[in-house]
Amino acid sequence: MSETEENLKKPKEPLFSKKNKKLITDPLSDNNPITIQVLGICSALAITVQVEQAFWMSISVVFVMVFGNLIVSLLRNLIPSRVRIIVQLVIVASLVIIVNEMLKAFVPDVSEKLSVFVGLIITNCIIMGRFEAFAMSNKPFPSILDAIGNALGYAWILLAVAFVREVFGSGKIWGYEIFGSNLPGEESGLYEMGYMNNNLMILPPMALIVVGIIIWIQRTQNKDLVEEH
Amino acid sequence: MKALKKVIHNLDPKFEKGGKWEKMYPLYETLSTFLFTPKDVTKKGAHIRDGVDLKRTMFMVVLALIPCLLFGIYNTGHWHYELQSYVNPDQYAGYENYLTGFWDKVVYGLIQVLPIVIVSYAAGLATEFIFGFMKGHGLHEGFLVSGMLIPLTMPADVPLWMVAVATIFAVVIGKEVFGGTGMNILNVALTARAFLYFAYPTSMSGDKVWKSGTSELAEANGGALPDGASGATALGDLASFVGDAPTVSGQAMSANATSGEMLSKFEGAYDPVHAFIGMIPGSIGETSTVAALLGGAILLFTGVASWRIILSFFAGGFVFGLLMNAFGANAYMEMDAYYHLIIGGFAFGAVFMATDPVTASQTQYGKFWYGFLGGGLTILIRVLNPAYAEGIMLAILFMNVMAPLIDHYVVQANISRRKKRFKTA
Repeated sequence: MSETEENLKKPKEPLFSKKNKKLITDPLSDNNPITIQVLGICSALAITVQVEQAFWMSISVVFVMVFGNLIVSLLRNLIPSRVRIIVQLVIVASLVIIVNEMLKAFVPDVSEKLSVFVGLIITNCIIMGRFEAFAMSNKPFPSILDAIGNALGYAWILLAVAFVREVFGSGKIWGYEIFGSNLPGEESGLYEMGYMNNNLMILPPMALIVVGIIIWIQRTQNKDLVEEH
Repeated sequence: MKALKKVIHNLDPKFEKGGKWEKMYPLYETLSTFLFTPKDVTKKGAHIRDGVDLKRTMFMVVLALIPCLLFGIYNTGHWHYELQSYVNPDQYAGYENYLTGFWDKVVYGLIQVLPIVIVSYAAGLATEFIFGFMKGHGLHEGFLVSGMLIPLTMPADVPLWMVAVATIFAVVIGKEVFGGTGMNILNVALTARAFLYFAYPTSMSGDKVWKSGTSELAEANGGALPDGASGATALGDLASFVGDAPTVSGQAMSANATSGEMLSKFEGAYDPVHAFIGMIPGSIGETSTVAALLGGAILLFTGVASWRIILSFFAGGFVFGLLMNAFGANAYMEMDAYYHLIIGGFAFGAVFMATDPVTASQTQYGKFWYGFLGGGLTILIRVLNPAYAEGIMLAILFMNVMAPLIDHYVVQANISRRKKRFKTA
């Protein structure tokens, strides 16, 4: 009896309270999974050569994270804590298989390019991190918001890096040539004037450098992020 | 002189905090200390200071680079006209000889090289000034040397915008993000070169960039160079010995030529004396071992560079060359070890790049290891990886990263040795 009374006394939390809003906005900048927590770096290196790949990768991660966080949150009281990692892995693996099949069915060429990296979403540290740190101890709705926030925080960094790398590395955005053609013998636009694509942008180290530059900009904007030392 | 000093020092208050031109302080500080020794004295700590400050140290290095620069200018002109003599035998008869048409070659070399030097300094100093203004300090002097080293590591035909992009990248990502001069992990000039090497490989490697005007000539000639002409470097030829199609100076050899045949042909094309003096194609400043050693002598005499690094770098290269001889699996491995030290940029890198006081090992024993392994790694990359014909850039960058580790072990060894002595006593 006393329990229900207490429940009645507590005012119902609004759907988008300040706390819930923070779950979405925080991971976008001040607690970004890539630039602040430095998780999920591997995929940021691997699939940011073209914006198109990065876009589909982001969509896949958003899907896996939202449903993963939701399922884990729903099951959180049923999962024995000793085997929770295995249960989480099963959940994330089944979701990734669904995503993989969907990509194969609807965007086969992108799926071919992403190849093994879709499967590697399972090992994306951000996903397991959110399961462990948030979904296991929170209600379903905040868990969904947290998943959306973190997945979008991951996605915008991915797209920003991919944009820089595709523009300077291949002279294209989403496959469309923006500086003109650079076919040997029929150069046009900038290439005719001697411009060349930066091959280093295609190589993985440049993804790290671009992420580093984003971190640098972020820290000059928000001094709270700079560690004392 | 005194009058100028007075004028400058009278301007002081206007630039100091609260002065009229406070914002321009970095600019003023740079110019005034460039002309005169700073008048401010040490406020705490050691009170006796050497008159040689960073600016003057760096100036010594620039001075030591001048032989390389002058030789590079001439060499650039020489190989340009050597190539022209194949196309226009009547007009440029005898230009393949080193001393024919001396002034033509010097003038051509100046036209090719000076813009690269100017662009490198302009781009680098502008970037440094922007960071100086942001952080409120004067120009850091480190770039005086980097700005001269960068052009000397470039092929003469490199587009100027590439030099500018690489310089800005090297200054920002190689140096400023780590905290500016004295804090960088990697050698700035080599960072610039590595950036271009990976970003625009067609302008930095291959057999069309080393002699000025090769690609234009090939284009005018329908894609290939005229008979007898070649744009390859000694190292490019050597790398081809490892593959299926060995060539020397553009002339293909049969795939089943013995390694002795290959090497004798190679030595005919690049005899040791010419290679030592620097009469071989290559990047602007790297070809002449004599000029590099002359610069090295200046650096050692003024105490700027460490003899330990230079000596052990050459020793490392030679020992690993002998090691390759011992294996002798192909023509490249059988080449005399001393050859490695005089072709490509070995001497230039050993004297000017590896001795960079910021990025090298700091401990005395560490310097021996740093140099020895750097020289050895250069030979390993050259011989075992034909995709990278010249290994010294990557070898030095790798050793830059390893230098703190070497220092760590040297310091630890010293600590444990002293502990032992303490216990026995």
